[in-house]
Amino acid sequence: MSLSTGDLTREFPDGQPLSAQPQWRKDFPTDVPEDDHVGRRDFTKFLVLTSGAFVAGQCWIAAASLRNSDEPLPEISLGKFADLPVGSVREFRYPTEDDPCLLIRASETELLAYSQKCTHLSCAVIPNLEERHLHCPCHNGFFDLESGRPTAGPPRRPLPRVILEIRDGEIFATDVELRTV
Amino acid sequence: MRPPLTREQKTTILNGIFWLVLLLVILQLWLLTATMNAWLGGQTAVVWPATLASAGCLAINLWLLVRVFAVDRG
Repeated sequence: MSLSTGDLTREFPDGQPLSAQPQWRKDFPTDVPEDDHVGRRDFTKFLVLTSGAFVAGQCWIAAASLRNSDEPLPEISLGKFADLPVGSVREFRYPTEDDPCLLIRASETELLAYSQKCTHLSCAVIPNLEERHLHCPCHNGFFDLESGRPTAGPPRRPLPRVILEIRDGEIFATDVELRTV
Repeated sequence: MRPPLTREQKTTILNGIFWLVLLLVILQLWLLTATMNAWLGGQTAVVWPATLASAGCLAINLWLLVRVFAVDRG
């Protein structure tokens, strides 16, 4: 649309008629109402929409955090301590069947248990007792064997630690400790 | 009566609003990732304060958007 249209002259930013406008504005084939400030305004609207989406995400986390009950987790037996040789690893599920975990007898006195789900994208971690780490093959994440803390790769949170108790020579999983550092 | 805003004035105001909204949205993105990390790590104490802070940012953004429309009209 041409700027020479009579009723558009009142929309020039400086309020002057077409005859008083600079030549570049007369030649420029874009209508004044569709000039660059419209794009910026639309982008601001989109940003506010994004802002609303972030609040929706926060509300989802808040609602999910309310669902978590404070009831204690069930206690399950993982077998006899004596039946677990030094350097061996046993897989178990705790606290539900959808939560694979690893029970690791790292040394004579060292008994460790972690969730097997990598804290990056939930791939299964593989223990390497010789090199004292757990390795996630999906994105080359590494966790320290003794603490479960990430030492390399994309994971930022430690592996959830399964709390163990030994009573009368029998190993029990009693709780799961989630950690951020 | 107040004279209508010139194009330069509108540009300055819209630029200011745009950068402010962008800053708040980046803050909200950081809040969301930090809250998600804390929640997955078992720390729920930060969830509600972060939600309120994010909602506050949205309220400011909505007010600024209203100002954008007001600048367009003015």
